[in-house]
Formats: sequence, structure tokens, C-alpha cells
Amino acid sequence: MTATEQELKEFRAEVSAWMQANKPADPGFLLPQTFMEVGDERQLEFLREWQHRVWSAGYLGMAWPREYGGGGVAPAFQRVVDQEMRRHGVPICFNVIGLGWAGPLINDIGTAEEKARYLRGILSGEDIWCQGFSEPDHGSDLGSAQTRAVRDGDEYVIDGQKIWTTMGNFAKYMILLARTSTDAARKYDGLSFFLAPMAVPGIETRPIRKLTGEYGFTETFFTAARIPANCLMGEEGQGWQIAMRTLQYERGAEAGAAGGLAMVRVTIDDMISQLRDLRRDGAPVLEDPVIRDQLVRLVMEEKAIALGERRSHIAPLTTDYPGSLPLSHKLRATEAARRMRQFAINLQGAEGALYVGDGAARQGGFWQRAYLNSFSATIGGGTSQIQANIVAEHVLGLPK
Amino acid sequence: MAVTGNTSLRFSEEQAMLLDVARDFCRDRSPIATVREQLESETGFDPALWQEMAGLGWSGIALPEACGGAGLGVAGVVPVVESMGRALLGTPLISSTLAGQLLLRAAGPEQRESFLAEIAAGVPATVALLENGDWGDEGLACTVDGDGVLRGTKQFVTDAGVAQIFIVTVEFGGAPALAIVRAEALGQGAIRPNMLIDRTRRAATVEFDGAVVAEGSVVTGERVPAALRDLRLLGALLAAAEATGSAAACLDTIVEYLKTRKQFGRLIGSYQALKHPAVDILAGVDAARSFVYHAATLVGAGPLHRDAEIACRMAKAQATESLAYAGDRAVQFHGGMGFTWECDAQLYIRRAQWSQQYFGDAQHHRKRLASLLFD
Repeated sequence: MTATEQELKEFRAEVSAWMQANKPADPGFLLPQTFMEVGDERQLEFLREWQHRVWSAGYLGMAWPREYGGGGVAPAFQRVVDQEMRRHGVPICFNVIGLGWAGPLINDIGTAEEKARYLRGILSGEDIWCQGFSEPDHGSDLGSAQTRAVRDGDEYVIDGQKIWTTMGNFAKYMILLARTSTDAARKYDGLSFFLAPMAVPGIETRPIRKLTGEYGFTETFFTAARIPANCLMGEEGQGWQIAMRTLQYERGAEAGAAGGLAMVRVTIDDMISQLRDLRRDGAPVLEDPVIRDQLVRLVMEEKAIALGERRSHIAPLTTDYPGSLPLSHKLRATEAARRMRQFAINLQGAEGALYVGDGAARQGGFWQRAYLNSFSATIGGGTSQIQANIVAEHVLGLPK
Repeated sequence: MAVTGNTSLRFSEEQAMLLDVARDFCRDRSPIATVREQLESETGFDPALWQEMAGLGWSGIALPEACGGAGLGVAGVVPVVESMGRALLGTPLISSTLAGQLLLRAAGPEQRESFLAEIAAGVPATVALLENGDWGDEGLACTVDGDGVLRGTKQFVTDAGVAQIFIVTVEFGGAPALAIVRAEALGQGAIRPNMLIDRTRRAATVEFDGAVVAEGSVVTGERVPAALRDLRLLGALLAAAEATGSAAACLDTIVEYLKTRKQFGRLIGSYQALKHPAVDILAGVDAARSFVYHAATLVGAGPLHRDAEIACRMAKAQATESLAYAGDRAVQFHGGMGFTWECDAQLYIRRAQWSQQYFGDAQHHRKRLASLLFD
């Protein structure tokens, strides 16, 4: 299935017109920038309705099979939609674990029955999915997961605990990584992968209150929770392999994901355009020479990351310290984002002290909340300090 | 328009070949022991080595084929200059390339052709630009009159001791102009060498008072101001390319020491207090390299456009600070050894102070970037 340039061009115009006509009005409360920030029912219902509207228009899961709620067309069309969504600044498609992890996985290796049961609900937003990989004592070390799954007749009995479960309290299903063998020699192939229902006795979620004052994650406790044995994906012992497979869908619709905007990217352009009317010493803030110097530094930080991405594909320019650019990317990009948001508060003078909930806060306290939330990226997936160790050891070859 | 704007980055096969060859050449011909031998020499480089480089065609990489060059533009010189920076190899390549570019961009074909052919063949040339220590001062007190007689003094003229051709920026009839001065036109003692903090380079104050240029050796016209502006940007780019190479070499030196030096029973590279700054230096080198080759992608033969100007200035601001940080930490991380002449860290920290000011420091460029981006 391919699409011609002309088809895509016409389609883009159509999508653009639709976004323009259907972009929701400001709901009067702050919307999440990422799916990890869905803190209350009000936000959830708003986003659920939005995703449903996008899907109903035929703009989500466009490359998934028609029989399961998809569009059955080339992924290039979905890419156009995703680009137009970003351009029009519409809200996110919040069911990210379903759209980008569980869905493509089921599409890829699931049975016909699994496809029929799960895919449509993922696209419509009716069935929210969460992910149960991380555990309290094994933040970044997935292979050491200790949550147990023991086969008992037609069921598995689950015992253990997961943490940082995004939307755990709203989710109907979880992609769960649990240990089916405790044989020490079988660290990785002792793990199995489940499509687990959340509404069973013995599964309990406890929302985690974030430093923003909001919610978004839960701790998830399993106490002799019984799930049907047919929730097992693949065979016992294939859990690690399947979990790794889910990571490849991150690259978007071409890689199998349903598409949709997963996060609202905030750039330095947004900051400059939204804050340029601020004043300092009685004059526009952008006339202050110190502020200008700082801003140029931040622009350069963002640009260096974009250029590094380009350079990483040019082999002769990456021979010095191979792997440096890709391995440093998370560290640099998340730290730059954090610094930029912090600076946005700094620019606001006394207004910088206001927070979400104060009617006078700029953009409803958007930058203040964004700064606090930015730590989810500098900590999650391996803290910046661990990232620096990884780069030092794997790229520079420094000793442990 | 997005402030991060243009992010194009291309690298041609010719550039890749030049990078490959230049890196090997500089590594083999300019090991640190050889660099140290040249610290106290008069010229700062081995003339035979320079002849060899000219023989490889490097003095003409950026010049048109019609003048005996390779026609690859400044983008072709960048990988060579980066490689020289890596080996701390000081030769007149940057000075000569910039002199060639200034003439190429300001003068008409018949006026520039013979000079450019000489430069391409390896005759050292340089630009006499500054009249004081302020890179932001574009005023011209140096003049040339209708009889071709110069008045004035230029400072920080790089490679003045070996240059055979000086492109002197002067005022002529109320407008900026270029006077092409042969070394033999200078009076006895006209060149007063500086004692530079970076002993791998040479620069001097040059007295042009009374020097007479040959007929047809004053370049005037509307192309001169734009050429002068481009000269400053291309100078910033080449300085950045060189600084990037030096910063990478400095990082290698640091990493080598951190992997071998033991204190308190541990390799010091295992301490995060040293490990994490080393990663920051790597990030600085990576960013500098990306900006440098981005800028090289955008500088063509014509007058530099806005995106190219932004790229050159960012490259210089980044590379300068990356090298300054690398050199600074190199001394500190070598402990007592770092405080000695014998330790190579001194070569890098001294190079860093030269590179910082050459064609304007980071603040100079960020100030101009702010105007380009925000106003």
C-alpha cells in the first residue's frame, strides 16, 4: 500500500480543514501535555471525547486493519495526520500505551481473537491501557522484575507490585511483565507477558500524588489476583523478548503504532512568543541584554540537539566517539527542556511565583507546571546522573 | 519563523576524503613532540611541512579551479582545519585561506587572479584587519591615498612573519577598501612580533606607514563591505573548526589520564566528580562539531545569507566555550602534573585563550545572534 504525493497533498488539505473546524475550544482548565499527566476525571473525559472524535473522523489507526476499527490505508496518511495535529496544536490522543505499545503488539503477534477483542476499544478510547513493567526496587532494571505469575489450572495467580503505572486508576487492561520462573539462571527467559484485565479482585491501585499536586501515576498491588490463562501473550518465558519488541513501535505509524499526537512538544519558540510581552526594568523583556544572552544559549542548546540528530546519520562525522550522539540524546534533550522551562518562570518576574489555580497566573500556570513535570523526563527511564555514567562508561570508556 | 530555524547538515564525499587524509596526515606529521619543538621557533611551523600541505592542494581548497584551486569553497577547508586543530598544528592555512576569500569576494577577476594563483600555490598570505583589541570595532584609521601610499598600523596580524601578501583593510576616499601589500614593500622593523599565550601560533603588530602598493593593488567598490562582513563570519567558522578539533584532542588527553591515573587505590576516572564533567566536555565537543558542519553546509561562494550568518556565529560561540571548558578542566584534572609545562594540558588551555578571542568571543557572537533571532 503506497500513497502518491498528490493523494497525500490533497489529504493534508482535508485534514488541515478538519483540525481547524474541530479543534476544541479552551476547556477552562489546563490540559495534560503528555499522557503521564492525566490527573483527574475532568481531563480524562475531555481527552477521551477528543480521541473518539479523531477516530470517528477516520484519523486514528489509519494503517490498522479495517475489520478491527482501523482505516486500512498506507501509514503515510497517518503521518500526515500526526503532523497536522502538531501544527494545529490540538490536544493529545491520550491512550498512548494502547495506541503505541499494546495495540501494535497485538496487531503484530496477537491471535485473531485478541485483535477482535482489543483493537477497536484502544482506538475509540473506550478501553484505556496501562503498562506494568517498572517495580519499586528495579526502576531501570526491567530484567530483574520480581512480580510473580503462577499457573493454576485455567488461571495465573499474580503477586507483587508495580510502580509508575500511568493512568493505572483509569485503565481497563495492563500489559504486564511478570516472572513465571524463579530459576536464577533464567533471569530474562523467566519472564512472561500478559494482557491483563485490571478489574479483578486482588488488583488495587493507589494514585501517586506528584510534586505538581496532581495525579497521573499509580502504584499497583497484586495480591493473589487471578487472571485467565489465555491472557498470556506468546509462550511462557517470552516476556522479555516481547517487552523489547514493544519499544520498536515508538517510531510511529510506519513502525506499526496507531498514531495520534502523544505529547504536546514545547519549544523555545513557544516560550519566546508567549512571553515576549513581559517587561523588565520598565522595558520589554527581550531588550534586556542579559536575558538576550541567556535566551541565545537556550536556543543554541535546542538547535545543537536537532543538529546532532542530523549529524548522527552522517557516518564519517561520528567516528570519534561512536554512539555518543544517540547515547547522550536523552540526557541532553531532557536537561535542555528542564532548563528552558525553569527560565520561562524566571522571565516572569513576580508573576513567576503564581501557580495553577491562581486566576492571574500566566497561561493558567502552564510554565510553572511544565517545569515541575519536566523532572519526569530527567528522572524517568534512568536519571540524568545514571545517563551520564552510561555515556562516561560506554562512550568515553571510563572505568565503573 | 522558528528561532532554531535551518538545521541542514550535509557532508560531501570530497569533504569526507579530506577529513580522512588530513586527520592521518596531521596525526603522523604533527605529534605532540613535534608541536613542542615548534613552540620556540621563529615561524611556529616547519616550512617544509607547509610546502607538503601546499603540494597536497590544501592552500587552494577553497579557491576556484580557474586560479589553481580545488573549487570546494570554505566547506572543503573546514575538515582540514579541524584536523589541524586536533594536532595543534600551526601553519598559515587559516590566514591564507581567509586572505584568499577576502580577495575572491571583494575584487574583480582580473585584479585578483594572479594573487589567488599565488595563494593557491602555497605563498603565505594574511589579512591585516584589527587596529585595536576590539573585535566589534569596524572603524578604519588606516588609509591609502591616490598614489598608493599607506598610513597606519594593524594589530594581531596572524602569520605576519611569513606572509608574502598582506590584504590590508583601509579607508580610501571615504569608503572601505583593500590594499594588497607585498612583504617587500614593508619597511625595516615594520613587523613587531607579539608574545602570544598560545605558543603554537604567531601574530604581530605591522606598521604600514609609508608602504607603497603597486598600481592596481587597491580594491574598491560596492563588493568590499559585504566581503569584509563575510570575512569576519568565515574567520569565525574556521576558528570554530580549529577549536573543535583542539577540544576533541583535549578530551582525548583527559580521558587517557582518567583511565590510567590511580589515587586512593582507584582509577580516578571512576569518580563521578571527574566522570560527569568529562561527559559535559564530550557534549560540548559534539555540539561544536554539529554547528561547525552545519555552518560549512551553508557557506557558499556568494555573499553569506542570514542562516549562514547565524550558523557561523553559533559555531564560534559554541566551539570557543567548549574548548575553554575542556582546557580549564584538563589542567585541573591532571592535578599537580597539570600545573607543569611538561603536561600537555597547558597546550590546550593556552590554545583555548587564543581561540576564544580570535574573530570575536562567545559574548560578541551571542549579542549579534540575539539581534538576528529576536528583533
